[in-house]
Amino acid sequence: MSDIWWMILRRLALGVLTLFVVTLLIFGAIQLLPGDPAQAILGQAATPETLAALRTELGLDLPAWRRYLDWIGGVLQGDFGVSLANKRPISELIAGRLANTLFLALYAAVIAVPLSLVLGVLAALWRGSWFDRAINVLTLSSISFPEFFVAYILIFWLAQSGLFPSISNIPPGAPLAEKLYRTFLPALTLTLVVTAHMMRMTRAAIINLLASPYIEMARLKGMGPTRVIVHHALPNALAPIINVVALNLAYLITGVVVVEVVFVYPGLGQLMVDSVAKRDIPVVQAAALIFAAAYILLNLAADVLSTLSNPRLVNKR
Amino acid sequence: MNGNPADGRFGAVSRRGLLRGATALGTAALLPLGSGRAAAQPKQGGTLRLAMAHGSSTDSYDPAMLENAFAQLFATARNGYMTEIAADGSLTGDIAESWEASPDARVWTFKLREGVTFHSGKPVTAEDVIASLDYHRGEESTSAAKPIVAPIVEIAADGPGTVVVTLESGNADFPFVISDYHLPILPATDGRIDPLSPDGCGGYVVESYEPGVRASMTRNPNYWKLPDRAHFDAVELLTIIDAAARQNALITGEVDVIDQVDVNTVHLLQRAPGVQILSTTGTQHFTFAMDTRAAPFSDNNVRLALKYAIDRQELLDKVLNGYGALGNDQPVGPSDRFFADLPQRAYDPDKAKFHLKEAGLDTLQVPLSAADAAFPGAVDAAVLYSEQAAAAGITIDVIREPNDGYWSNVWMVKPFVAVYWSGRPTADWMFSTAYAAGVAWNDTFWDNERFNQLLNEARSELDEVKRAEMYREMQLLVRDDGGVVIPMFASYVMGLSDAIGHPEQVSANWTLDGFRAVERWWFA
Amino acid sequence: MVATLRFTLWLAVAVVAAAVLGWLFRAVLTRIAPANAARLLRSAPLSASFGMAVIVFYLLVAILAPTIAPFGEREVVGAQFMPAGGEFLLGTDNLGRDMFSRLVFGVRNTVSIAFITTALAFAVGAVLGLLAAMVSGWLDQLLSRVVDVLMAIPALIFQLLLLTIVGTSIINMILVIALIDSTRVFRLARAVAMNIVVMDYIEAAKLRGEGLWRLIIREIMPNAAAPLVAEFGLRFCFVFLSISALSFLGLGIQPPTADLGSMVRDNATLITFGEVTPLLPAGAIALLTVAVNFVVDWMLHRASGLKE
Repeated sequence: MSDIWWMILRRLALGVLTLFVVTLLIFGAIQLLPGDPAQAILGQAATPETLAALRTELGLDLPAWRRYLDWIGGVLQGDFGVSLANKRPISELIAGRLANTLFLALYAAVIAVPLSLVLGVLAALWRGSWFDRAINVLTLSSISFPEFFVAYILIFWLAQSGLFPSISNIPPGAPLAEKLYRTFLPALTLTLVVTAHMMRMTRAAIINLLASPYIEMARLKGMGPTRVIVHHALPNALAPIINVVALNLAYLITGVVVVEVVFVYPGLGQLMVDSVAKRDIPVVQAAALIFAAAYILLNLAADVLSTLSNPRLVNKR
Repeated sequence: MNGNPADGRFGAVSRRGLLRGATALGTAALLPLGSGRAAAQPKQGGTLRLAMAHGSSTDSYDPAMLENAFAQLFATARNGYMTEIAADGSLTGDIAESWEASPDARVWTFKLREGVTFHSGKPVTAEDVIASLDYHRGEESTSAAKPIVAPIVEIAADGPGTVVVTLESGNADFPFVISDYHLPILPATDGRIDPLSPDGCGGYVVESYEPGVRASMTRNPNYWKLPDRAHFDAVELLTIIDAAARQNALITGEVDVIDQVDVNTVHLLQRAPGVQILSTTGTQHFTFAMDTRAAPFSDNNVRLALKYAIDRQELLDKVLNGYGALGNDQPVGPSDRFFADLPQRAYDPDKAKFHLKEAGLDTLQVPLSAADAAFPGAVDAAVLYSEQAAAAGITIDVIREPNDGYWSNVWMVKPFVAVYWSGRPTADWMFSTAYAAGVAWNDTFWDNERFNQLLNEARSELDEVKRAEMYREMQLLVRDDGGVVIPMFASYVMGLSDAIGHPEQVSANWTLDGFRAVERWWFA
Repeated sequence: MVATLRFTLWLAVAVVAAAVLGWLFRAVLTRIAPANAARLLRSAPLSASFGMAVIVFYLLVAILAPTIAPFGEREVVGAQFMPAGGEFLLGTDNLGRDMFSRLVFGVRNTVSIAFITTALAFAVGAVLGLLAAMVSGWLDQLLSRVVDVLMAIPALIFQLLLLTIVGTSIINMILVIALIDSTRVFRLARAVAMNIVVMDYIEAAKLRGEGLWRLIIREIMPNAAAPLVAEFGLRFCFVFLSISALSFLGLGIQPPTADLGSMVRDNATLITFGEVTPLLPAGAIALLTVAVNFVVDWMLHRASGLKE
């Protein structure tokens, strides 16, 4: 078991390195983008004089490496700085949004993960049946529609009839039940978006194992198909399933800008897109750090779990 | 129900009325006539929930940076201004009760209204006015309103209730200019305002503000315009960027008012129960701007060819679904008091070919940059234009530019681009913003000697008839020599719940009743 | 109640029609195909036959687009939003272009772009992933860390950044989406291969002295194919969605080129009023996705070696 701990430690160290490279990449990419924060903030209203004045005020006349060092120096001391565009402290700006993003991601994951595992197992169990076909067509159709389109359809069905609110406008201090009610449609949209991927991978990974000799053996011993799949195929199919689940969980945290926009849900994605548009580098960096950290942690969890699920991998190291 | 642009003329304002303004509130604009919802008497009460298509998490209170309609409307709701443009387009006083100019229109004396206080309780004095205007002036200013206040040479107080502004040259329209939404009056301490403070002297007090999400406000109980204005007890402003989400929010009753209704589906929205559509046509116009310094646009024949190669009616019908008015390649709209009714230029591929030949060309191939950031439907408009121009032997290659960074990387950078202008309440203001040689937003880089000379002379010309003649010639010059194709003036199209009442005449200079729906409208 | 009944009826008709189409297609194909291919095809279930029929149909539409479409791709032929029927089979779009012609050209453009992008992403991602698992050591570390970094940046934001920097030509779009997709493929390929590499038969093959490429192609590839093929079916349709999401940010395919993703976007607001127009391009994407994945399911089934 100590091998696993060693691996986690090593991966965490690598994760920190990854975070560092991500900040470098994002910083560099924003430097490469045409236009600088001063131009972006002033927009159509920019004049050469106001641009020059704003550049001085924001410290954009300093060389890029200086600004990066200043920023990372601050971060290492726990200070994320202030937004270039509206001078608000970034930690304050991000805290509320992060909580919203995590809430929605968790909400969707709690529905989507069990649902897709169960559907995937059932589809593998009854492979080739009408159930299998129908569930495939349904989930595939739902992911072949763009997210905003799925959202519009749900709004048309469930909001215009008055069942659920069409926008997730949550008044500050609302109780949990109301929050769950008001964010149901975005959570459902996200569920539809991620379920197909996880469900199909579950089905594929199980079916892939069904011809293995040990499954044949179990069957020959007279074991029922359900028991074969749940007790023998599923545990060995876990590695790819866990990976796809982790990918989709990361997506629920980092990739839901469009759903946030359609349901007017103030999450991190919208903040990041707004900030990229304004070249508000410190905010983009902070958001990117959070997204990257979420991804790295989920990934690590997936690798640890899939390693544990395969004794051969555990013993190899 | 619709605000008719023709009603919004500035013609009613006499020269005398301009140079010497004295106003009381409660004019015809506030006591609507006629019948229907619009005519009901204003009633106090209720919480207005208003959703707008704009608003970004990078917004702030700073009046120098009011970059989008949400920030602008929010500023107008919480702040007082020196002057206000009334719904009929005339000028009325706000914090300035009256004003008077020197005969050359160079020195302006504003008398402040007594008894106006900030939300904090502090009375509004000349010191606050000076500090508020000074904030936008000077070397270090990064204000978007810097060009507007640049001609100010000196601002001085004459006692606590009088402000004297001296300009570098006469400007008969100066009181109009300082109604600009960038120039709210904020409380000063030691001669400086705090630009990030929510305090103001407007009709609503800020309760909470989350940039890019929402702002909550309650009525200012000490608002000097009460009881004629600020009928809602509270106001909640929401940002809903997505057009469909905005429509759905109105249909499902999550909000009471939305702006920027998608004109492609407005006929469907109108059918929804409990929804009324309000549209106003004012100064907002969409343009295709050519860089007149760069070949081939440096040749006026090429510019004329491109102006004849566009079917304005088809653009108006298909891009705006009829919600607008035809443009005539010059930016002064029919609501302006100096609007010259020039003959309408029409789609004429043969004339376009003729001008191409004059320019010594058989065919022409030009790139046209557009993005939906330029104006909603800009890419579609460019595609249509390119189809129409093909009949005149002109190939327009439409380039869809990223929305991101459009104003810094495309506008005034690429040679032929789609642009929107919200317009200005006076012809002089519009021309000096975007058509005078060398000004920062002259996006066609046009430099016409005669035009520049006329513009300077007209600004301080006292004879109203002569002045009108000058503006007529300027409009003609822009139309026939300028670098801009103006296919259409675009309406502001808004969706209202049936419960909302508004004055019969609705301001058309900005969206949502000149940004003043919050204080001018009510629950019927 | 009536609406539900009618919906069920239509659904039943559609299912039967799909089955008949699949059966006919299979029957025709088994006649004309060479003997061994015919034997293979005869074993295809109806769903897979239907999938193949649809794919062939899309290919034909893509190849013959200029012949099938009654009007040009960018041609403005009438008023906006003209109703379906009459001269214009499916009516006209918001600019007065023939909807049917736009759909046909949209299929041609989008399908080719999506196919090239997915193929590229898989070529790069799968090969590197398998290689990393096989060689392990520093190469695995290097590739895995690079992929970690690339994947740690949210895809949409990353695409936005890259495309704004390099410009939005079709080639750039294919390269950028393929690059980002290939990281996902890499991870999956590596994860799957890691499980295979520790199998006894790989050890045996190594002891036999098989070369690296031979190991990858002969031993690992066939055993890793199933999850990869399943992933291909999904990635293929994710590319449509990426393009559509990019057009949400104003970065999609240059107009007036028709593409299905942007067509959904342009007409999407109509769905909130219960109009079906936006369902046409969305349905075209969905139909192809379902079809591709039906075929994928069949191949998956064959690869698993199950006899039932």
